[in-house]
Amino acid sequence: MKIDKDTINKIARLSRIKLEDKESEDYIKDLNSILDWVEQLNEVNTHNVEPLSNISSSVLPKRNDISKDSNSSEEILKNAPDKLEGFFAVPKVVE
Amino acid sequence: MPFKSIKDAISNIESKKISIRELNLEFIKKIKDNKNLNIFIYFDEKKIINQIDNLEKDNSNKKLKGIPLAIKDLFCTKDMPTTAGSKILENFNPTYESFVTQKLINDGAIFVGKTNLDEFAMGSATDTSYFGNTINPLSKKDNPLAPGGSSGGSAAAVAADLCLGATGTDTGGSIRQPASFCGVVGIKPTYGLCSRWGIAAFASSLDQAGVFTNNVEDSSILLETIAGFDQRDSTSSNVNIPNYFDNLNDDLSGMTVGIPKEYTIDGMPEEINLIWEESKKVLENKGVKIKNISLPHTKYALPTYYIIAPAEASSNLARYDGVKYGFRANGISSLDEMYEQTRGEGFGKEVKRRILIGTYVLSAGYYDAYYLKAQKVRKLIANDFKEAFKECDFIVTPTAPSAAFPLNEKKQDPIKMYLNDVFTVPASLAGLPGISIPFGKDKNNLPLGIQILGKHFDEQLVFNVALSLERSSE
Amino acid sequence: MVVGLEVHAQIKSNSKLFSSSSTTFGSSPNSQVSLVDAAMPGMLPVINEFCVKQAIKSGIGLRAEINKYSVFDRKNYFYADLPQGYQISQFKYPIVGKGKVSIDLKDGTSKNIRIVRLHLEQDAGKSLHDQNPSKTYVDLNRSGVALMEIVSEPDISSAEEAGLYISKIRSILMYLDTCDGNMQEGSLRADVNVSVRKPNDKLGTRCEIKNLNSIKFIKQAIDYEAKRQIKIIEDGGEINQNTLLFDTQTGKTKPMRSKEEAHDYRYFPDPDLLPLEIDDDEIKNIKNNILELPDERIERYIAEFGLSKYDASVLTIERSVSDYFDEVIKSNKALQGHAKIVSNWISTELFSLLKKDNLDISTSPVSPKDLGELIILLTTNVISGKIAKEVLTEMFSSKKSAKYIVEKEGLKQMTDSSEIETIIEKILSENQKMVNEYKSGKTKLLSYFVGQVMKETKGKANPKLLNEILFKKLN
Ligand SMILES: [Mg+2]
Ligand SMILES: [Zn+2]
Repeated sequence: MKIDKDTINKIARLSRIKLEDKESEDYIKDLNSILDWVEQLNEVNTHNVEPLSNISSSVLPKRNDISKDSNSSEEILKNAPDKLEGFFAVPKVVE
Repeated sequence: MPFKSIKDAISNIESKKISIRELNLEFIKKIKDNKNLNIFIYFDEKKIINQIDNLEKDNSNKKLKGIPLAIKDLFCTKDMPTTAGSKILENFNPTYESFVTQKLINDGAIFVGKTNLDEFAMGSATDTSYFGNTINPLSKKDNPLAPGGSSGGSAAAVAADLCLGATGTDTGGSIRQPASFCGVVGIKPTYGLCSRWGIAAFASSLDQAGVFTNNVEDSSILLETIAGFDQRDSTSSNVNIPNYFDNLNDDLSGMTVGIPKEYTIDGMPEEINLIWEESKKVLENKGVKIKNISLPHTKYALPTYYIIAPAEASSNLARYDGVKYGFRANGISSLDEMYEQTRGEGFGKEVKRRILIGTYVLSAGYYDAYYLKAQKVRKLIANDFKEAFKECDFIVTPTAPSAAFPLNEKKQDPIKMYLNDVFTVPASLAGLPGISIPFGKDKNNLPLGIQILGKHFDEQLVFNVALSLERSSE
Repeated sequence: MVVGLEVHAQIKSNSKLFSSSSTTFGSSPNSQVSLVDAAMPGMLPVINEFCVKQAIKSGIGLRAEINKYSVFDRKNYFYADLPQGYQISQFKYPIVGKGKVSIDLKDGTSKNIRIVRLHLEQDAGKSLHDQNPSKTYVDLNRSGVALMEIVSEPDISSAEEAGLYISKIRSILMYLDTCDGNMQEGSLRADVNVSVRKPNDKLGTRCEIKNLNSIKFIKQAIDYEAKRQIKIIEDGGEINQNTLLFDTQTGKTKPMRSKEEAHDYRYFPDPDLLPLEIDDDEIKNIKNNILELPDERIERYIAEFGLSKYDASVLTIERSVSDYFDEVIKSNKALQGHAKIVSNWISTELFSLLKKDNLDISTSPVSPKDLGELIILLTTNVISGKIAKEVLTEMFSSKKSAKYIVEKEGLKQMTDSSEIETIIEKILSENQKMVNEYKSGKTKLLSYFVGQVMKETKGKANPKLLNEILFKKLN
């Protein structure tokens, strides 16, 4: 078993997803079976094979350094669940 | 229904046999009559009337003027909310219009609503949506079937004649597979042909927009509108877009079709092999040379995809954190608690499953074994096609290993569900254009699809082959 | 003590690294935020070509390898001011590789600090924790601004060297015009890694002090942290690898209060971007357009003007100062032989006046040409040094030329010896008693007589002549 309770908790924490106990158990089962299944890739000899990140053969397009009118802060904040005095607001963070 | 094709609708509107208003009112009525299929996440009659009013005042000539289309709710739209089928985008009203939908608006199309989908396009049955599952319009009353997914709402909307065309997105088969299940035409173009700007991302290196229609001609008309370079998408390609419709030509003599021996799986219904054979026969009669080819890494495409797509998704979906837009969980005292509760409650089961897998395969100590390995196998899969296209001009395969299955049948077993995409995923990994057209039925009289794959940016040939097969089965 | 620095330098550009919104500092909250910067669904990054060029230019200035192939990666973590949930950075393949920076130590020697790499990345937004009792506010104006992260080898062995290193980096970037160097506004800030070890021992455990934005604080933080670590070791303890903050009020470092957990950034190539490829011509082009770097300027000052290495390096730290100096010298050929005087006048007299009015040399009311004119008056003995200082003060406030002021106020030096002699005789006859005291051995009184004569001449007497004649008269 690759994924145990500790591992699932660690991944859930990295992903910032709160899992209920029942969920954790399901995901341990699912993830283990998926990981076992993808294990078959080890049959493939990938020695000297370049990894492929993006299929596009284009050259990375570049922008000119022109600053365009930005959106108004109202527009940017329009969908915010909590906003105050022109800022996004989140629960207080202690550094 | 007065017309089943965009082409006919355009000519009848032009010759004033029908007005834009009359046409759309019929579709509105049909949509209201089919609410039980749960095809639309967003439908507001007034919004449609508004669009009609505006178009009536508009004297300019527009290619798709007044044509009713449905939009997958993964495309951000200015005048309609966008949910991606997720609770986490509850009440999200984009202040911008996606590239693809803007091009459709520019050509005068009318949006009848936003269609249901698997949450963030993660699924193959349109059953992971926060807004409930969509029912395949071809279902018998006592046996509701899945429309396929993730663009199941769009495929169903076209199949149920609730619009004349619809947009979809395809990451591993999300246009082609539901097209096959619903008996309509669905094309996923070459990666980079249509801009991804304004489409909520699932897996950036795979996501492509495409369209559903009732026939190949309409498909060529719509794709031409939504294709094109966009400087706001760094992976969009600056290529010439031919006039696909004008260039349609079903003369395929002298061409070679590749038939990959790996495109068959255990327990596949016999009818699928039969329609595949039938398609070969049709092509042979048209003077096409049949070439048996091998795509040796086909069997590794699915596991490769189920590493790469979740990995990218785990990062792409990090922006849904309850800060800038969408859902935020209540009763929270710290920032971390806010993230964890918001994402825990805001995402559905399948999305969480993929985020967890994706996070795992990218995490320290596992990156090389999973993610890097998958990227290398992806390269081999792309090479397989490159080699194959030295021997043939296009490839024909079945679209999916089954016809539409009953709702909830595969929900419990993720791998079983993932197998739906076995024939569509390889071309996605290689970035190739693929179309699914209805071609024959199974023993329950459900439609089956044939998939035509072409070289990069060879959409024209893909359409030509599709047209040729379509005409043969009429 | 072993110190390595990660410097974050904001690239001077109009728009952000991957979006077109403005980079202007100090705008109202969330007013310079594009849909991309706010990570709206479906938004995609497009690279700013100028920022790439700025990074290449900086790399050349750091005498570093420019990598013709580089890749943008995502660094994944959650924070309130990181809207995408990841920072686009460069991990495996940075745009600039190994380089070196030379620093000039007080003892006149130089030392090379090796550069590991320079990479491009996005800045985060800003969290404000003290605006509201129960909330943190987030401003995304800075989100997406282009940064260069410059990583050094741990070649630095004192707070002093760290200070010299960062001011040298700052100086190089400002010469290249790739960063405005404004540390107060955060355009240049550093994370400092400090560890201690006994001579010849292996490297000790290091602690990282985050986000220091002044040279003074960098030095203070390093000194405090090194002492803290030494004390722990001497008391038989062990150093825990830690991320620290520097409290500018107390001058102490302290661990970050937020719970420290093992980071796992899950870097992977950003699938929204293709690899960045640069060709030789582009690099050559940028190289050819670089005018002069601080080190080259130091060499020139030594070779052409005979300045000492120390004077030359002090003069060149700020490009604006050095440019001013060059302008003064250029204004009159005769000044080439008096470079040392010019240098002194800039770094003492002009600076003290600028400082008093809180002005920058680039906005100095006295132009380089005007200062040149004043120094010519001085070096040709038209006015004395003392008068010259007064004239400069007057120039500073009235913006009149030196010649005009000297003319109008009649400040020209008295160089007629008979005239000076007459005045000396007058002073001596008025102070007969003191003359006698002088003659009986109280020679210190000489300066009293000089002062009196100067007073009489309003400081215009040529000091050399005055001294000569006075001495003759008294002895
Ligand atoms: Mg760093
Ligand atoms: Zn950094």
